[in-house]
Amino acid sequence: MAKRFDVRRQSGFVSLAILCFFLLYLPIATLVVYAFNDNDSLAIWKGFSLRWFHVAWNNGLVIESSLRSFQIAAVAALLATISATMAALATTRTKPYRGLTFKYAFINQPLMVPEIVTAVALLIVFSRIKIWTGYSGLGYLVAAHTAFCVPFAYLPIRARLESMDLALETAAADLYATKWKTFWHVTLPLLWPGILAGLMLAFVVSLDDVVITEFVKSGGQDTLPTYMLGQIRRGVTPEINAISTAFLVLSIGIVTAFFFVSRKRT
Amino acid sequence: MATASEVAEKVERDDIRLRWLLSAPALLIVFLAALGPLLIVVVYSFLTPGNYGDVKWQFSTDAWVSVLFERDVFDDTLSFATAYLSIFWRSVSLSLATTVLTLILGFPTAYFIATRPDHRRDIWLFLITIPFWTNLLIRTFAMQEVLRNDGIINSALQLLGITDHPVQLMYTNFAVLAGMVYVFLPLMVLPLYASMEKIDFRLVEAGYDLYATRFEVLRRIIIPLVTPGIVAGSILVFIPSLGAYVTPRVLGGGTNLMIGNLIELQFGAGRNWPLGAALSITLMVIVMVALLFYVRNTARSDGAHG
Repeated sequence: MAKRFDVRRQSGFVSLAILCFFLLYLPIATLVVYAFNDNDSLAIWKGFSLRWFHVAWNNGLVIESSLRSFQIAAVAALLATISATMAALATTRTKPYRGLTFKYAFINQPLMVPEIVTAVALLIVFSRIKIWTGYSGLGYLVAAHTAFCVPFAYLPIRARLESMDLALETAAADLYATKWKTFWHVTLPLLWPGILAGLMLAFVVSLDDVVITEFVKSGGQDTLPTYMLGQIRRGVTPEINAISTAFLVLSIGIVTAFFFVSRKRT
Repeated sequence: MATASEVAEKVERDDIRLRWLLSAPALLIVFLAALGPLLIVVVYSFLTPGNYGDVKWQFSTDAWVSVLFERDVFDDTLSFATAYLSIFWRSVSLSLATTVLTLILGFPTAYFIATRPDHRRDIWLFLITIPFWTNLLIRTFAMQEVLRNDGIINSALQLLGITDHPVQLMYTNFAVLAGMVYVFLPLMVLPLYASMEKIDFRLVEAGYDLYATRFEVLRRIIIPLVTPGIVAGSILVFIPSLGAYVTPRVLGGGTNLMIGNLIELQFGAGRNWPLGAALSITLMVIVMVALLFYVRNTARSDGAHG
């Protein structure tokens, strides 16, 4: 036999996989290429230019909604990560107790409900609170984003806690460290990669949200995705491609950072 | 003096208090901004629509009746409503089609990644994760670039001389389906990969030793081994597909609605919040049934393996 028989090979699978990767990247690639098109309409390629990036950069609404997106994502991710870290500690460093499964299901509940349902539920509740209190600031968006970010922060932190060696914490306790000292000097330093991963996931998830934001926002509270959704409805110029490309580069940056952080398993 | 058992009890009590205290913020946030509002949706589905949106606090089952029936304007009789049912049907069938297509594309892809040498798997996985973490709206918009009348598919078709005028792809069921497959594909690949990674290829080898063909090995060894991954991936794709809102809105236009868009309509132009609430609960029930199916299925496969 010239070629060794490979038990893992399945005929046609490699070509289908390559096709799949190609299909995944073809639309994104097209989007990016046309962001550099020097033409008023999307259709025809007229030459390389950065003018649409320039247009987007000088568009006050784009900058304003981007800043709002980052503001909301930063606060929501931080709040979600802190509460998720606490909850993860409460659901791992303990023997099974009554209410554990309940807590687990409760925290992950936002993952199991279709986004549109959460969105209308929040619309109903928040519109009533708006009438009662008269407050219509960014607080609603922050609260909503924090809630759906909690499970995304919780899962990697919990995973990290579960894979950590309990012996180190037990050793600290044996050496008369208080619970707090054990946590501060042993658990937390080991847990950092998980917390960081949770924080980054929560940040990206918040940055990406369209549906819930679209329903919860008050007038003049567009985030970048809801602004883009509005623009796409009105007819598209290459400006959207330019904004998307910039957004894409940013997401890829964060995901790449996440990839390297989560790979460092000690 | 406290006995040893009393001390132990106190430690246990303190422990429980600490556990609840630590999990309280997360539980509270989720309750206030996710689960609680959901319960209020149930209440709203039994109220009367207000004149300008919102509701009147008046009990009514009209919303639930009109999910299934329509009231005749003239003689007030009820007949089966086809409009909403057809949208539900379209949603369910498009979501099922999305699940099947992502499985067909995702299975070989996950298998491909799982059979790469260890150090290269991470890179391939990373390539799957990038589109996954790219904004859903941007990905949907990217799909529009492909499907537009002057997009790449139509340009390619015309360049090859297959047609001389653009084929209408946008604002069709096909566009919505293509968009959803594109958007949800990574959700299928990741759980499939997770279970394929664990395949013991000695079993596959044993299969070949017993003169199985490649197809038989696939059907009788590999697929049964990765069933948990197939079920998990299908659930992960099916549920968000059912509630999809952005993709049908951008790629389907105003005519190829799905449940998500129908719900949105009731809260916007339709000004019928109770009906929107009832439709939301109906969607939730379908999702719950799918999840229940998943839980039962995993319970069974756990029992079978251990």
